[in-house]
Amino acid sequence: MASTLAIISSNKIDQRFALLRATRRKALVCYVTSGYPSEDQCLELLRGLETEGADIIEIGVPFSDPIADGPVIQDSSQKALAAGMTLEKTLDIVSRADLTVPVVLFTYLNPLLAAGPDVLERASAAGVDGILLTDLPVGADPDREKWLGDSDLAFIRLVAPTTPVDRMREIALNGSGFVYLISRLGVTGAQSSLASDLRETSDRLRSATDLPICVGFGISNGEQARAAASAADGVVVGSALVKAAGESIDKALSLTRSLRTALDS
Amino acid sequence: MHAAPEKTMTAISTHDRFGPFGGRYVPETLIPALDELDSAFDSAMADAEFVRTVDEMLSTYVGRPSPLSDAPRLSEQVGTSVFLKREDLNHTGAHKINNTVGQALLAMRMGKRRIIAETGAGQHGVATATVCARFGLDCTVYMGEEDIRRQSLNVYRMKLMGAKVVPVSSGTKTLKDATSEAIRDWVTNVNDSYYIIGSVVGPAPYPRMVREFQSVIGREAREQMLNRTGKLPTAVVACVGGGSNAMGIFHPFEDDRDVKLIGVEAAGHGLESGEHSASLLRGKPGVLHGTLSYLLQDGDGQVHPAHSISAGLDYPGVGPEHAWLKDSGRAEYVAVTDEDALRGFATLSRLEGIIPALETSHAIAWVIDNASRWIKSDSVLICVSGRGDKDMAQIAEMGFLDR
Repeated sequence: MASTLAIISSNKIDQRFALLRATRRKALVCYVTSGYPSEDQCLELLRGLETEGADIIEIGVPFSDPIADGPVIQDSSQKALAAGMTLEKTLDIVSRADLTVPVVLFTYLNPLLAAGPDVLERASAAGVDGILLTDLPVGADPDREKWLGDSDLAFIRLVAPTTPVDRMREIALNGSGFVYLISRLGVTGAQSSLASDLRETSDRLRSATDLPICVGFGISNGEQARAAASAADGVVVGSALVKAAGESIDKALSLTRSLRTALDS
Repeated sequence: MHAAPEKTMTAISTHDRFGPFGGRYVPETLIPALDELDSAFDSAMADAEFVRTVDEMLSTYVGRPSPLSDAPRLSEQVGTSVFLKREDLNHTGAHKINNTVGQALLAMRMGKRRIIAETGAGQHGVATATVCARFGLDCTVYMGEEDIRRQSLNVYRMKLMGAKVVPVSSGTKTLKDATSEAIRDWVTNVNDSYYIIGSVVGPAPYPRMVREFQSVIGREAREQMLNRTGKLPTAVVACVGGGSNAMGIFHPFEDDRDVKLIGVEAAGHGLESGEHSASLLRGKPGVLHGTLSYLLQDGDGQVHPAHSISAGLDYPGVGPEHAWLKDSGRAEYVAVTDEDALRGFATLSRLEGIIPALETSHAIAWVIDNASRWIKSDSVLICVSGRGDKDMAQIAEMGFLDR
């Protein structure tokens, strides 16, 4: 429903996809770990990503036990936590960044539950447009899913290569904004090549929903981004950007520039 | 006082929930695998041939039934009859193998020949490596670097039996991080690998499945108590980390309303010190490793590292069914410090010639320290979850005998 209403939706994610469709461009979704490499550098990175052409920015709330993440995001999370990063401070960073592009809060369930029932309103007020939970699959917890689904935030759900097509339909019906297609089995992290069955999974998902589809996990360079985007409406780049940001913000921004160029060419 | 909540318990516990606790909070990739596991487990348990094979392995390989020992000198000290369910006498020295036998047979029934496991003290890792050797399965065990250092003997045992032991250097380098790493392996290799979780934790159906495989402890003990004393025990006492030996011995007594069920958590340096593993007594409900249960965490929802002298209790979460047994009032949870557990360890060794695991020692110590709760005609059943051989190096290093 979200996509058919996109043109009149008040959600910035829907508006962004409407614009991308109108201009026949693919979405570049960039992931950053909140507070990494430092709070100030994270802020600089967020603003820079917008300038370099990110369409949507995912900001990850660091969690002590990130079971869905590979070594790069684990390491960035541990460092951010050690420096005192929290969900509350993440909302503060989003608010201070004051971005034009939509922002998705990317989090594990436990920090969100600990933040209390009004956290979704507070996130919305801080400038968050969507939320993605790594460990709340469809049907896992109807009450909490309703809480998330009823909020002002787009509720972005994930689909995996193992997901049967009936379940893909159910996932899409219970989500909004876009569907995050996990490109391969495993955890987050750069890979030398894309999964060979990506196109097939993406076609199945396409047959199950009209929501925009963004492919993530393992995309680290322009060539992979362009290949993955050909099977979807956009790509998510995470670990590669976090790794680059760990070296310097300039490196992360230069990677973003090359991803944008590849997607637009 | 207990009747009402127990009725509710039946009413609101579902296939994958215990009251509000449990569930499947995992990455989407694992959902079809958990669905498959759930139906494979149910169909296996409904298959008389599978059940017979499990029972036969437990009898001819593990050495079941394990004996029920009376403990005359300990009983005299406590002032009531104390009985010991001797899981320490199982092959590999602890209750853990009851579960790994069942799950390994299930894995083979599902056509999976690569096994993944996590381990803290190494007991579950050893029990997994053992059955993998017995059945010719490929075995990978994740273990925190800190635990590898503390439990080098068990690492050696696993390797000797052909398992690959993968050191985990993230986070606290203990059981919680080993579990996260095992889950990451499973997400990556979900099509050909089977994850044998070692306790009544993790996403559904694991808590229910591990409880079923461990319930053999309670079924045997209940019958042995009736045969020996002609009645049920006044109380059943077991230590609780993740809580598998406790669930295993509690479950068959759950409908015996007069039997008190008492779980003993690790109070570490003391419940007020912040350095303990008492998730039920000091944690708050939260989500870790795929399940909603009591969890040691800070105000921001970050998991707080656990502490216990015994590596097997050193886990910040606890099985979701224990969370519900606590909230429904059916079981009582208490805690014993490192120091008191050491006294329990020494007492059982000296009075009965049984050297218990440090985990078990918590349950022993609690019974000794609460002697005033019992009268002479009572009987207290303690689950001796494992033997203390694995703890000898640690105890010797502390200069325990010279203290």
